[in-house]
Amino acid sequence: MVEPVLQIDNLVKAFGALRATDGVSLDLRPGEIHALIGPNGAGKSTLIHQICGTVRPDSGTIRFAGEDIGALNTAERAQKGLGRTFQVSSLAPEFSALRNVMLAVQAKQGSSFGFFRPVMRDSSLVDPAMAILERVGLADRARLPAAELSHGERRQLEIAMALALQSKAFLLDEPMAGMGPEGSKRLTGFLDELRKEAPILLVEHDMDAVFALADRISVLVYGKVIATGTVDEIRSNPTVRTAYLGDHA
Amino acid sequence: MLTRENTVNLVLALLLLVAPLAANALGQPFYVTLATRIAILALAALGLNLALGLGGLVSFGHAAFFGIGGYAAGILSSHALSYEPMMFGLSGTVQMPIIWIVAAIAAGLVALAIGAISLRTSGVYFIMITLAFAQMVYYFAISWPAYGGEDGLSILVRNQFPGLNTMKPLSFFLVCYVVLLASIGLFALIRASRFGAALQAARQNETRVATVGIHPYRIRLTGFVISAMVTALAGALYADLNRFVSPSMLSWHMSGELIVLIILGGTGRLFGPLAGAALYVAFEFALGGLTERWQFFLGLILLGVVLFARGGLLGLLAGKAKHG
Repeated sequence: MVEPVLQIDNLVKAFGALRATDGVSLDLRPGEIHALIGPNGAGKSTLIHQICGTVRPDSGTIRFAGEDIGALNTAERAQKGLGRTFQVSSLAPEFSALRNVMLAVQAKQGSSFGFFRPVMRDSSLVDPAMAILERVGLADRARLPAAELSHGERRQLEIAMALALQSKAFLLDEPMAGMGPEGSKRLTGFLDELRKEAPILLVEHDMDAVFALADRISVLVYGKVIATGTVDEIRSNPTVRTAYLGDHA
Repeated sequence: MLTRENTVNLVLALLLLVAPLAANALGQPFYVTLATRIAILALAALGLNLALGLGGLVSFGHAAFFGIGGYAAGILSSHALSYEPMMFGLSGTVQMPIIWIVAAIAAGLVALAIGAISLRTSGVYFIMITLAFAQMVYYFAISWPAYGGEDGLSILVRNQFPGLNTMKPLSFFLVCYVVLLASIGLFALIRASRFGAALQAARQNETRVATVGIHPYRIRLTGFVISAMVTALAGALYADLNRFVSPSMLSWHMSGELIVLIILGGTGRLFGPLAGAALYVAFEFALGGLTERWQFFLGLILLGVVLFARGGLLGLLAGKAKHG
């Protein structure tokens, strides 16, 4: 079997008496989209925070690209190639779309301590950033401040930034949230292509998108993974049906 | 490219040059000194603007760096004039360029220590902890009798600049003016650079910066140190302007004044500190002639700016700030 890009083993995080993450094990293999679903309050956000390094687990390990990343902070995990988007878009709002992506390009090049060369005249930043904006379909919005972009465009911009980091894995936190049906469809197509670049851990509520995209699905309920399997296995799993899927299946 | 903002900047820079030249020609050295004060305060605020305007770091302790610069000038020149060696047997100097370097390095080191601790906090805590550190420096200066303690330290003869007679008000003004313009140029370069991009992005969204793999802490600490060094340079010039340095340069009033200058002029704007300093000194002069309580009216004006003109004077004259 191919070694997983991301491997989470027996992760535990408790807030007081609440075990928000209760022995979660999960892996992400090359080339796949692994969807993580679960009702509100199931602990999806807590799990993501632990993967990204904003919350420390009480116990358990997180291995990424063959390395234990438990002791690294958010910035160091990003440097290792963990690309992430947020449930609520997180951008530098005053900067143009182009400058947001340029920031990611600059970070990828590993040099943020240049003091004298203007970034806008630095083709090693502008050109790759522009190319990525074209790829996600934002080229004509490149000069607009991120704050003036539409909700869907901000989502695309976040993905563009993750792309610019040449991530080894993408962690997408509800990318479909707030998108219209048309936008969701377009984004679904885009993510389908994106998996060729790097595997995706997709946290999503939009079941149409999840069923269309996912190679595997894990269901998180009360901090525990109650089932992991292909779309068909999850659809027909009786525990999942009662716990979560309801009418969807 | 001559945008509206560039035009305003150019006019401000020219005004600050032409006014003292004219005053000097008309035999009014007082106005030359006033212009020098504007240039120096603008420089001090420009330093703070790097941390506050670009980095969003509301330092309420920049008086420490301003005062350290001032004491560097005072201490070095007092040793040079008395021929007494300082620590480690080093001799003093009356040469401004050397004094500036010493001032910047001393303040930079102190800022590294203060910043390393303060930047672990944010928001109100950062404001308070920088204030606390500055007050420590202030009380240290008061209780250090070797250099005048509470009474301060006089600089008998203004320090020298190669090839100029700095005792002439206009010559000293020109020194300050050139230093200010050079520092504005440096600010513009830094703002447009990779470092500037990271620093500004860290102000707008810290999580975003960390998520692309840039350490916000390191970026901010570097910005804080550069900021302190520029403010210290202004402090050295300020001591030479007054030919006197005292703990009042280190007091929290001074820190507050620098923040006020930035708000008046326009936070994060290239010429904001100059506009703010000019406005401040003009108020001080015009209102100070009418009443001792001029700061009451300054307070009203500041209130007006905060309520109705968030972008400060530059926001009014040149419109909203633009990012590339």
